[in-house]
Amino acid sequence: MGMMTKFKAYVSKQETSEFTDKAKSKLRFHLMGRKFTDGLIYKVFLYVLLISLSYIYLYPMLFMVANSFMTSSDIISASVRWIPSALNWENYRIVWQGVNYPRALWNAFVLAAMPAVAATVSSAFIGYGFAKYNFPFKRTLMVLLLVTFIIPPQITMWPTFRMFANYQLLGTVRAFIYPAILGQGLNGAIYILIFYSFFKMIPKVLEESAQLDGATPLQVFMKIAIPLAVPAIIIVFLFSFVWYYNETLLSGIYLADQWVIAAETPGAGYLPLPLRISQYINAVDNFPVGSPAYELSQAIRLAGNVLTILPLLILYFFTQRYFVESIDKTGITGE
Amino acid sequence: MKGFIDKIKALLHKVKRFYEGPFLRFVDKVKYRLTHNFILNTTFTHLVLFRFIRIKITNKRRESTVGYMFIMLWIIGFLIFALYPVFYTLYLTFFNVSLDGGDLNMTFVGIANYQAAFLRDTQFTGLLIEYTLQILLNVPVTIVFALIVALIINQNIRGRGAWRTIFFLPVIIASGPFMEVLVRQGVTTLPSISEFTVIDLIIDNVGNVLANPIQLLFEQILFILWFSGIQILIFLAGLQKIDKSVYEAAMIDGAGPWESFWKITLPSIMPLITITIIYTVVTMSVFSITSETGDFTNFNEVIEYIRGVLFGPPRPSLMTGFGYGSALAWIFFLVMSLIILFFVGITSIRRKVR
Repeated sequence: MGMMTKFKAYVSKQETSEFTDKAKSKLRFHLMGRKFTDGLIYKVFLYVLLISLSYIYLYPMLFMVANSFMTSSDIISASVRWIPSALNWENYRIVWQGVNYPRALWNAFVLAAMPAVAATVSSAFIGYGFAKYNFPFKRTLMVLLLVTFIIPPQITMWPTFRMFANYQLLGTVRAFIYPAILGQGLNGAIYILIFYSFFKMIPKVLEESAQLDGATPLQVFMKIAIPLAVPAIIIVFLFSFVWYYNETLLSGIYLADQWVIAAETPGAGYLPLPLRISQYINAVDNFPVGSPAYELSQAIRLAGNVLTILPLLILYFFTQRYFVESIDKTGITGE
Repeated sequence: MKGFIDKIKALLHKVKRFYEGPFLRFVDKVKYRLTHNFILNTTFTHLVLFRFIRIKITNKRRESTVGYMFIMLWIIGFLIFALYPVFYTLYLTFFNVSLDGGDLNMTFVGIANYQAAFLRDTQFTGLLIEYTLQILLNVPVTIVFALIVALIINQNIRGRGAWRTIFFLPVIIASGPFMEVLVRQGVTTLPSISEFTVIDLIIDNVGNVLANPIQLLFEQILFILWFSGIQILIFLAGLQKIDKSVYEAAMIDGAGPWESFWKITLPSIMPLITITIIYTVVTMSVFSITSETGDFTNFNEVIEYIRGVLFGPPRPSLMTGFGYGSALAWIFFLVMSLIILFFVGITSIRRKVR
């Protein structure tokens, strides 16, 4: 009897421990996954990280959107910090009508797209030349390329302005397009470097086989190198587009004449949207920085900022999917 | 309608026949005339100029010619748009420049501007050293952070498009005039960071030499986050280039995610790391905001100082104006180049070891 109970107890103990072992390993599997990256711990960690980071990035956006809906009494009132008392479209209406938004947006898009396309095309050629061919003085030229990028723009600004005046490029859109075509646009060196490293990643075998089949260098470039560099083309175009779209310092200087024209007839002339809007707001209520009236006009400014940023975000949301689609095309190479 | 389409088809056919027939024959003729004339004559092995200069066509020569053709646009652009401003500022560093009405008043002073920068200027060298320490810390942090984010948003996560759009925000905001508005509103600061006791702990234990840069780093964490948008996108684009089947092969051979990262991902995007290093150093160095109350104004005091010398009110003796400012900027440029060389050197050493 005593033996029997002891044995039963022993068996049941074995069973329970086996059961707990199974449960443990199951739990372990759920938490850690087969190779950690598909486990729960990793997933939780990932999303916590993503959410906290995007909180930092979204915080100013939320601030902008929230404040752009505020009336002047909301801004003064201490009880209203985040949520405006009512959806007040007045600030948007002022900016929309004031700058003739659809027209101004179109002009800004054209102004940004022309140099962006030019810069993308030219830097693809230049980057390919640097990446795939050997020629005398290549290193010297690349160092010069870096010099033009590294040298602080604050000191070259003044001689550049004089030079542009000599070339009679001031006050026209050509001041942006000509340098962009020749690979000297805004941050032009970085586009060339991006293409350079992407073309470096393409195996030489591919091009050699095309050459053996009788392709000219230009054909190799167009038919083999370009399709394999789609992600590079996308980011270079996006960067240059955003930079030209947002550029206010240089355009304030180079397009000064346009500026005058635009001020007289609303909606006319090619001007970057941020400049156009801030110029309009400055004309409407020009208060010294820091004064109470200036603080009140901030809501309009923020509405203008939202109207400036939103088109870019929409543009990016639709282009980022090409990042994924281009994988299939590059996957064939067998790098 | 159908008739209209037929008409267009007929027209296109005509254009095609013209292109394939007379047009191409004409192009061939022009090509032949251009390469077989008195000045230039090509045979299969030689280029003949003026009938007596014979240049042998070798593979190497052909390659360098084609290479030059590809970068020709840049060479022309450099000669037209970049050469003058760059070397004019270098030229100015040897002069004492003062504005006299609308005219420039220049007197040659040799290397006195450079001497003054190191010997007589009490602020510049200090600022430069501080900046160097700061950049040496900030750059690796930025690169590592951007790489991690790019790896995360490249995975199959829920709402990938939305996440990617959020991480595109810094690209837009940091490049535009919005930053200034936001800085002025105080939206971009984390108030609690300076209150962390960690920093006191570090200062107590390690001493000021190490603690100061670390404290700076903590203060600039947000700044780093805002300035890593471009780097994230560059890495993201680079990750698309890596063939998925390589990972699969590695997985079958028993490699975990950790090994795959070090053995496949990192070596593949190494060239992009070099580029992001260059980009990070340059943007962090030349960035400056002219706001009265912003906290970022004290980020990059060197460039602020140079701007003050260039465009600010006149100061005593030699240490003013365009000449001296340009000299400072060129010294700054050299320091930046050295920092870039340092980082690029480190990454290339690691590549060789592996």
